[in-house]
Amino acid sequence: MKKLANLYLLFVFVVLYVPIAYLIFFSFNAGGDMNGFTGFTFEHYQEMFEDSRLMLILLQTFFLAFLSALLATAIGTFGTIFVHQMKPKFQNTLLSLNNVLLVSPDVMIGASFLILFTMLGFQLGTVSVLLSHIAFSIPIVVLMVLPRLKEMNEDMINAAFDLGATRWQMLREVMLPYLTPGIISGFFMAFTYSLDDFAVTFFVTGNGFSTLSVEIYSRARQGISLEINALSTIVFLFSILLVIGYYFISNEKGDKHA
Amino acid sequence: MKKTSNAFAVPYLLWIGLFVIAPLVLLLYKSFFDIQGNLTLANYATFFGSWTYLRMSLNSIFYAGIVTLVTLIISYPAAYLLTKLKHKQLLLMLVILPTWVNLLLKAYAFMGIFGQQGGINAFLTFVGIGPKQILFTDFSFIFVASYIEIPFMLLPIFNALDDIDDNLINASRDLGASDSQTFIKVIFPLSLNGVRSGVQSVFIPSLSLFMLTRLIGGNRVITLGTAIEQHFLTTQNWGMGSTIGVILIMAMLATMWLTKERRK
Repeated sequence: MKKLANLYLLFVFVVLYVPIAYLIFFSFNAGGDMNGFTGFTFEHYQEMFEDSRLMLILLQTFFLAFLSALLATAIGTFGTIFVHQMKPKFQNTLLSLNNVLLVSPDVMIGASFLILFTMLGFQLGTVSVLLSHIAFSIPIVVLMVLPRLKEMNEDMINAAFDLGATRWQMLREVMLPYLTPGIISGFFMAFTYSLDDFAVTFFVTGNGFSTLSVEIYSRARQGISLEINALSTIVFLFSILLVIGYYFISNEKGDKHA
Repeated sequence: MKKTSNAFAVPYLLWIGLFVIAPLVLLLYKSFFDIQGNLTLANYATFFGSWTYLRMSLNSIFYAGIVTLVTLIISYPAAYLLTKLKHKQLLLMLVILPTWVNLLLKAYAFMGIFGQQGGINAFLTFVGIGPKQILFTDFSFIFVASYIEIPFMLLPIFNALDDIDDNLINASRDLGASDSQTFIKVIFPLSLNGVRSGVQSVFIPSLSLFMLTRLIGGNRVITLGTAIEQHFLTTQNWGMGSTIGVILIMAMLATMWLTKERRK
């Protein structure tokens, strides 16, 4: 039984990773397609690094993800504290509103943001994409921070005030440190959402700004190009680094609290 | 409790107003205009009057349902088994890791794997079955969509299962329940919340995976999302696109209502 269980898990993991491995494997293919492996080469990596348009887009994508996640985390964390203080009736209303973007299909978010920006006369481009990414990342931050806040013992907050802490001191010394694990998960989720997004960006990006997803979409529609394979190797290695970093950060926090 | 820093919450409230309420209202508003900008109900009449749109919606819901079911069947046992392991947090990170690889890259990988001379067809030829048309079929769409959504189903189920107090399971055993009884009467009901959020976070996005219908489904499977994208970005008929958007919201609300936690 135990063996069968492990076998099943192994199967799931294999399925999850085969496509990625496939991409990476063929990025070294001298043959120029994803069909037969004809020889080992680094030429597609060289091609990729020399493709300044692609490199710029790669940088833009990561910068956008970082910035939007940071801002969404800040807005979302304070939003959570605010929501938590509301009376239950308002709290539920606010949370339902909060979750609208989380459950909406991304095409709809994209379409409705496009209407919004156009109605406001807002120029489509970098800023509209950034605003959209912040907008759809906020609810996930709230969802990550809220359970932690609900767990928090209110006596700790009252104790801080009784000991003469100002609101700001209480926030900085008591509440935010306690919320940190939730905030970190929120940030990472927001970062992931931004990196992974295609549909919303596709709708609200003008001609000037492109993210990796949009670029890959337009290239993939024209067929296979091993430059994209090389790119996916880089993206995957970077994801691993992030995951390791995240694992260590969240573990460290856990140890301190234990 | 004293109110803390309400001023810090202003951006959050602005966000709710500007990016949650306003877009919904605007979408509804736009849906009453035709392509020339006249106020009309014609979009809705077209939608409900033509078999094309209705069939597309039903199709879309049907495919999303299949994708949800497939991911649930694969993810639930996997999540359950994961909670039993020693390094479960690390393994969970391994489940999440593929979601950090861009969705388009994964779709692109399948263009290679399922292609005419791709990995699967090479294997089929090798075992003597011969190459088959895999890309641009319903199967490839369902497979790739399920592949992409698995982590989003697995994660909430894992969290729900992991949160179950071990004492409850021990108590159930002490009271003489067998393993399967414990599972049916204790573990499964307690994990239902995870299943609910998993279903929500897979079914609703599956209604709108337009890039997959283009790259993998070969425009054979037309989802509500594909239709919206077409109306907004290709034919520029925002009114009709918004109408489909409103329908999509209705479908979404229905899903949420159906999967809502019901207190007895």
